[in-house]
Amino acid sequence: MTDTSIKYLLQLADNALILGHRLGEWCGHAPEMELDIALTNIALDLTGQARNLYQRAAELEGQGKTEDDLAYLRDVWDFRNVLLVEQPNGDFAHTIVRQFLFDTYNYCLHQELAHSADEWVAGFAAKSLKEIAYHQRFSSEWVVRLGDGTEVSHAKMQAAIDDLWTYSGELTLPNEVEKQMASQGIGADLAKIKPAIDAKRAEVLATASLQGPTGTWMQSGGKDGRHSEHLGFILSEMQFLQRAYPGQEW
Amino acid sequence: MTSLNLEENFQSKIDTEIKIEPKDWMPDAYRKTLIRQISQHAHSEIVGMLPEGNWITRAPSLRRKLILLAKVQDEGGHGLYLYSAAETLGADRDELVQQLLTGKAKYSSIFNYPTLNWADIGAIGWLVDGAAIMNQVMLTRTSYGPYARAMVRICKEESFHQRQGYEIMMAMAGGSPEQKAMAQDALNRWWWPSLMMFGPRDSESAHSDQASKWKIKRKSNDELRQQFVDVTVPQAERIGLSVPDPDLKWNEARGHNDFGEIDWDEFWSVVKGNGPCNRQRLQARIKAYEDGAWVREAAMAHAEKKEQRKIEPEAAVKAA
Ligand SMILES: [Fe+2]
Ligand SMILES: [Fe+2]
Repeated sequence: MTDTSIKYLLQLADNALILGHRLGEWCGHAPEMELDIALTNIALDLTGQARNLYQRAAELEGQGKTEDDLAYLRDVWDFRNVLLVEQPNGDFAHTIVRQFLFDTYNYCLHQELAHSADEWVAGFAAKSLKEIAYHQRFSSEWVVRLGDGTEVSHAKMQAAIDDLWTYSGELTLPNEVEKQMASQGIGADLAKIKPAIDAKRAEVLATASLQGPTGTWMQSGGKDGRHSEHLGFILSEMQFLQRAYPGQEW
Repeated sequence: MTSLNLEENFQSKIDTEIKIEPKDWMPDAYRKTLIRQISQHAHSEIVGMLPEGNWITRAPSLRRKLILLAKVQDEGGHGLYLYSAAETLGADRDELVQQLLTGKAKYSSIFNYPTLNWADIGAIGWLVDGAAIMNQVMLTRTSYGPYARAMVRICKEESFHQRQGYEIMMAMAGGSPEQKAMAQDALNRWWWPSLMMFGPRDSESAHSDQASKWKIKRKSNDELRQQFVDVTVPQAERIGLSVPDPDLKWNEARGHNDFGEIDWDEFWSVVKGNGPCNRQRLQARIKAYEDGAWVREAAMAHAEKKEQRKIEPEAAVKAA
């Protein structure tokens, strides 16, 4: 296993960790008690997945690091998550659109990874796919519900789509790590899964009578450690105890 | 049956430990008492998510973060479960929630205290869930069937929470000097409010007599409080933390711990709304409710439109 494999696992792990972290911010504050529980469920799934991935990455690194070293002791430039997942929760429309854009990608990605040449990756993906299928169903249903619901909800959803669309391209724009992993049959070929992702998004948005904008400039850089201003604040909160009291058991 | 017979029949069921079920006749006051108690309990679960939720984004390890997320989620589930139990008595969840938001209904005062360091998450699990268990184990035998059954399920999860909280305290009490200081600080702040969770002294308690005749409440506030102190004090000793009560002493003759007097002025002051976080807790619930209004309205509108679309094609077919 190479350095590239580790980076690839970290990309997957960081996406799951950061999005799970954002969803955790809703806990106790969601629009409805049932939604509070559902969002926390997704946060739990994603954080659990991140944990597995960090454990595997640490094992491959072979330097005696733990999952927590990887989550809590790297700085912004080391994080490899896409810009989308670090975007703030905003109103519930923004949270749902962010989730929907991520889930549609994540589902196709893990479908593909389930056939990875790497046995561990394939096993992990197959196991996670069940959870991710539920996430995609949840966010798609809410896109439809809110797109269709009232004039107010429709307007809020359209505004959220217009705000977040600029972060939707990075997901399927491969960086060097992804290209190499795809060529070795370990990672997913993003060009191959893009049509299915686009089709799923288009189908759900059409049902919701919402518009995916065209001609939007696509932001990127997260996968290579160039982030938005938000990630620094996420990490300063998340890593506070580990940084303030290094080397302790909690 | 005459109302006198109904009442006798009801009381004899209670006396012979037959559970009262939703469709059974019950005195109005019994129904009202239960709705009040169950909804207060539900509100406490929901408001209780806030002080712990406060540390989700700062949990110090992935494992602790997962445990805390799951715990706070459990409390939300308890809230839902209890609102459903209240609905079996003819209450309406939305109305109950309104009572919370307008300040008409109370919730457990313990959640009006702030969580200031990570050990507070341990202290809440250990002490607050621990105290809740004392009360809830008793309630698994309460006379109203749906409430008793809800408690059986909830108690299993609460004892899990209690163990996890204690585990955090144990890790910190056995950790670095700073961690130990955090643990002791948390215990100092949460000890007395935890004892207050059992309510006023028996001699001051307004509802106790009727509630025990109806077997809604089967142990008195003071009995439960004593039980909690007796169980918890050795747990503190085991991990080297000291309970902040100079009057705490084992009483061989009573077979119980003697303990100091609760600051009842503080107790009533927090009940009346003057705790450190009463305002913030209620405001957080109101904000979630108000910010979420458009979401709930949209979900309802969508459901209605969907129904409508199901009917319309049928009508169109018939018309053709
Ligand atoms: Fe609970
Ligand atoms: Fe609990």
